[in-house]
Amino acid sequence: MVDEKTIKGALDKKGAYGADLDLDSYEQGTRTPDKVDDMESSDYRRYMENVGVVADEINRAGTLMFIDNGMSHCSTSVQEGLEMSSLSDALKRHPDLKDYFWKAMDPTKDKYTAKSYLEDADGYFIRVKSGYTIKNPVQTCMLLNRDKSIQNVHNIIIVEDNASLEMITGCSTAHHANDSLHIGVSEIYVGDNSNLTFSMIHSWGKMTGVRPRTNCVVGKNSNYTNNYVIMNPVGSLQSFPVATLGEGSSATYNTVCIAHEGSDIDTGGMVNLNGYGSKAEIMSRSISMGGRMCARGRLVGNSPGVKAHLECRSIILKDGGSTLAVPELEAHVADVEMTHEAAVGKIARDQIEYLMSRGLDEDQAVSMIVRGFLSGSINGLPEALQKELDSAIEKANLGD
Amino acid sequence: MTDMLKIVDLHAQAGEREILKGVNLTVKEGETCVLFGPNGSGKSTLMATIMGYSTIKVTSGQILFKGQDITGMSVDQRAKLGIGMMMQRPPNIFGVKLGDLIRSTSDIGDEILKDADSFKMEKFLDREVNVGFSGGEIKRSELLQLTAQRPEFILLDEPESGVDLEIIDLIGNKTRDLLNYKMGEDGRHVSSLVITHTGQILNYIDADLAYIMKAGRITAEGKPLEFLKEIRENGYGE
Repeated sequence: MVDEKTIKGALDKKGAYGADLDLDSYEQGTRTPDKVDDMESSDYRRYMENVGVVADEINRAGTLMFIDNGMSHCSTSVQEGLEMSSLSDALKRHPDLKDYFWKAMDPTKDKYTAKSYLEDADGYFIRVKSGYTIKNPVQTCMLLNRDKSIQNVHNIIIVEDNASLEMITGCSTAHHANDSLHIGVSEIYVGDNSNLTFSMIHSWGKMTGVRPRTNCVVGKNSNYTNNYVIMNPVGSLQSFPVATLGEGSSATYNTVCIAHEGSDIDTGGMVNLNGYGSKAEIMSRSISMGGRMCARGRLVGNSPGVKAHLECRSIILKDGGSTLAVPELEAHVADVEMTHEAAVGKIARDQIEYLMSRGLDEDQAVSMIVRGFLSGSINGLPEALQKELDSAIEKANLGD
Repeated sequence: MTDMLKIVDLHAQAGEREILKGVNLTVKEGETCVLFGPNGSGKSTLMATIMGYSTIKVTSGQILFKGQDITGMSVDQRAKLGIGMMMQRPPNIFGVKLGDLIRSTSDIGDEILKDADSFKMEKFLDREVNVGFSGGEIKRSELLQLTAQRPEFILLDEPESGVDLEIIDLIGNKTRDLLNYKMGEDGRHVSSLVITHTGQILNYIDADLAYIMKAGRITAEGKPLEFLKEIRENGYGE
């Protein structure tokens, strides 16, 4: 383990990507927020529902909510195989959980991880025990409720062997907490022959800073899917989750983003294909509506039999914005098959006119193509997420 | 009969190259006209110009539709006036399902979609528009869309090209149904301009008049089947 002094030193370490945010310009968020017993009658309901968290909890295995830096709600209808609580409570119950702390994530990665480590941030703990398949998704909600403050959370998710979990995690900002910062460290452990789908839907304020740090370690013959959706304006968002795969495992990243005017989004992800025959696919669909959009993808082949593909597609709808695709392939053995495609530009005129020849006006045609580009071109999204994505696209201001 | 479409001394270019060099052509109300011509004579360009595609720039001349000058109108304005087109190679529209496109562009979309199996398209309604479609699937998809769109004047660019023999009957019959559709209370048929290379489509539809186009101009007009026989025997005389 790295010593505390080195970690303190990392408080000055800029992130590898994205604008450098000044941690000292924010205050600390509270660790004792309002308790929310009944989600349906809660004042926070509208913020949750913006990001795919359903208040009636129908078709959900459980719900966990954090407001600022403390847990506000935790409920589950699943009797066996699923454990949900705050991380601090979980550690009291299982002292050996400490072995999972800061194993998937290096606390000295940058100032944001260092801050989370040094403040011993609380967060959620979710574990699916070996042999259990949790049928409905678990939903978590992270709400930033205080302006000029930092939400600093540290989550641990464990899906043991022969187990399966789907998570929908919605993050949002209350209207009055626009100029704030979210730091969310998530360490994820997936065992052998298991599945985890981890879907994040974000809706922040126009000035909010967002620095999620998500690393996942995957065992043998397992599948890990990471979906990321952001349709609303945000200040500065930078995220680059990293997955490390064992033998025969696969990882899929799907990212769907709109960079509105004033938004600076730098997103994507990395997969280390360490196990024999492991597979990865990184897909990204983004639109610049006047904001800055950067889509990254990095695939590292470290073992024979690896197969991986990366695809970044980006459309610029409005002048004044920019888009950058950074696809990277790296291999350290001969027997790998790794490919990428990247395309950046405007919508092809022939597509617009084809739809116009069916009677749509130009704006309607553009809007239909953009909606299709965002919602339809990624295959295999979980049903609940596809619904949320479609509704987010519906609500997003696409200029029509 | 009044004129549905009248093209007067139309000059148009693609990029810097002039393709249409003074086209004169008329399609009367309720008439089906065939457009023959060698490859590269400008037939598809003429259709794209009538539809208003921006790849083609009109430099002089006029396109009149039901007496109204549409030369400067946008594609959707022309579609709303009642012009529809079957493209030979329509673009892929990723993420947009064929069924959704038809529903959102046609008031009778739902009704037509119930009949999708007669176009052998029922399995394609949840597919992205044109993505991975074969030649024959594209034709059937275009015919289904046009049937839902119900244009008064239809441009068909080689409806039989790239189609397997076993499906040609279906394409031919659906094309005939489309052209035989009776508009309005007076019961007249829709009007159309049909490009055909092989003439195969004429086994299914009754054409009233044929034009021959060469090097960007209409060089002859006459009876479709006589022209076809002549072209089959002697080519275009080049």
